[in-house]
Amino acid sequence: MNNIDVAIVGAGPAGLAAATRCREFGLDVTLFDEQPAPGGQIYRGVTRSPLQDPSVLGQDYWDGAPLVRAFAASGAGYVNDATVWSVVAANGGVTLGVAAGVPAARTAHMIDARAVILCTGAIERPFPIPGWTLPGVMTAGGAQILLKTAGVVPQGRTVLAGCGPLLWMLAWQYLRAGVAIEAILDTTPRWRMAQALGHAPDFARSPYFAKGRELVRTVRRNVRLVEYVSALAIEGEVAARSVRYRVDEREHTLAADCVLLHQGVVPDVNLAQAAGCSLAWNDLQACFAPATDAWGGTDVAGIYVAGDGGGIAGALAAAPRGRLAALAVANVLGRISHATRDPIARHDRADVATSLRGRAFLDTLYRPTDTFRLPSGATIVCRCEEVDAQTIIALARQGCAGPNQMKAYVRCGMGPCQGRFCGLTVNALIAREQRRDPADVGYYRLRFPVKPVTLTEIAAVPTTAEAVKSVVRP
Amino acid sequence: MFARLPDAAHLRDVVDIIVDGTAVVARAGDTVAAALLAAGFERCRTSPVGGAPRAPFCMMGVCFDCLVTIDGIGSQQACLVAIAPGMRIDTQRGARAIDGAAA
Repeated sequence: MNNIDVAIVGAGPAGLAAATRCREFGLDVTLFDEQPAPGGQIYRGVTRSPLQDPSVLGQDYWDGAPLVRAFAASGAGYVNDATVWSVVAANGGVTLGVAAGVPAARTAHMIDARAVILCTGAIERPFPIPGWTLPGVMTAGGAQILLKTAGVVPQGRTVLAGCGPLLWMLAWQYLRAGVAIEAILDTTPRWRMAQALGHAPDFARSPYFAKGRELVRTVRRNVRLVEYVSALAIEGEVAARSVRYRVDEREHTLAADCVLLHQGVVPDVNLAQAAGCSLAWNDLQACFAPATDAWGGTDVAGIYVAGDGGGIAGALAAAPRGRLAALAVANVLGRISHATRDPIARHDRADVATSLRGRAFLDTLYRPTDTFRLPSGATIVCRCEEVDAQTIIALARQGCAGPNQMKAYVRCGMGPCQGRFCGLTVNALIAREQRRDPADVGYYRLRFPVKPVTLTEIAAVPTTAEAVKSVVRP
Repeated sequence: MFARLPDAAHLRDVVDIIVDGTAVVARAGDTVAAALLAAGFERCRTSPVGGAPRAPFCMMGVCFDCLVTIDGIGSQQACLVAIAPGMRIDTQRGARAIDGAAA
């Protein structure tokens, strides 16, 4: 396992499809995944969900099972409960730092591969509003994972707030499961639909259209929907007790024990960025993604990116994107010629194009407004180091050069989450205060380990004679 | 605040774990975070900087708000670790201790 052709990080649709395709060309491939079971977040626990009534989660969820079955039958290596904390490209290959195992017996390993495909997927976009750190507040994605993997659902007064397809999906699944929803507070502004309408004809031909329309109708019929919410705050001393919101300049308060937030997802770029891959700003999606060629190849030799971790395109596009990256790797490693690669790639590209149909409509309609991306006052921006918006804003006004200098001043982005829940907010606040382009402001410079690894784990990594010689005094 | 659907509860074996020294019933296949929420724990730690209460937020290994001590090892991500029979889980106060003892 320590010397392989291809390492794949992440067992969502992109990683599963990439690994399976690599095996078709006889490559020695191992997939490393942080979760106990394959599926990623979209098909989380699809082989072992405790919900036996398939209608609760919906057919789109169970559609992930064939991907897992094909992967399991492919002969690819699979390491679960494994965190990849470093990826270093050197000497024509890639070395991965991996920590695997249960907490009391976790060990680190260095894995040498000829290429790596990063399929790290999407994470929830930061939703910095007052009270978003209180117990009782969770991301809608997190709540959905609880439902998928454990059949655990909120009790008491439950409010969903924000925008995006996942919010509707979760509401629909809760209705199917018999969970009461107090209200959905929809933050999509009135004028967004007018902006998005130009893309509507394309969306009407999207694989998501018919299902999405039916789903939204069902939710609208059964749940109290509050539209055009222009401000949100969660109140409570030690846990969420109520949500304060504004519609048309009027303030309202709603009692709530559980508040589930969502305003879209963004690529998890930490591993790619720390490996030295350049990021590109996507203004429509208001996020950074690794810059790639048409195969998912980054500007670092040997490192490829596939799936939502390479830019948000959804679950259906993730699998063919994984297959395309695998094709490129098989070609670069000499397993297939261009003549074999290109006809297969045409099919995969057609699959990507089909699943991308209507994406511009969703991206435009659900692009979060500045109100919910640019917090103010004492609202926490960095959850780990508890740095608030007014601190970031004041330093930006004083001329702080960018997110990295901001780290040095106030430690934002330096806690265990390594900026995953504050990087985009810090970027947006600096860009606004200094009237700069977000692309110019840039993102945190991330370093290894991208997730915490203990000294005990690292000390267990076998050393070479050269490594010992370089640090031991004679 | 959270509860398990009856359908889901029946299908999985009961697993006994210990949270803050008290016996708690979980179900096979739970992560530590799911088990804590299903058992009614409202918080899993207080934050190292301001001492504010925190609970699992993202459930996918990203936010680190669900940090707990598991079998004596501090600051483990509860949403990534599967429960095991007899597992000892302790909620955390502030930063983890680094002298080897659980916080």
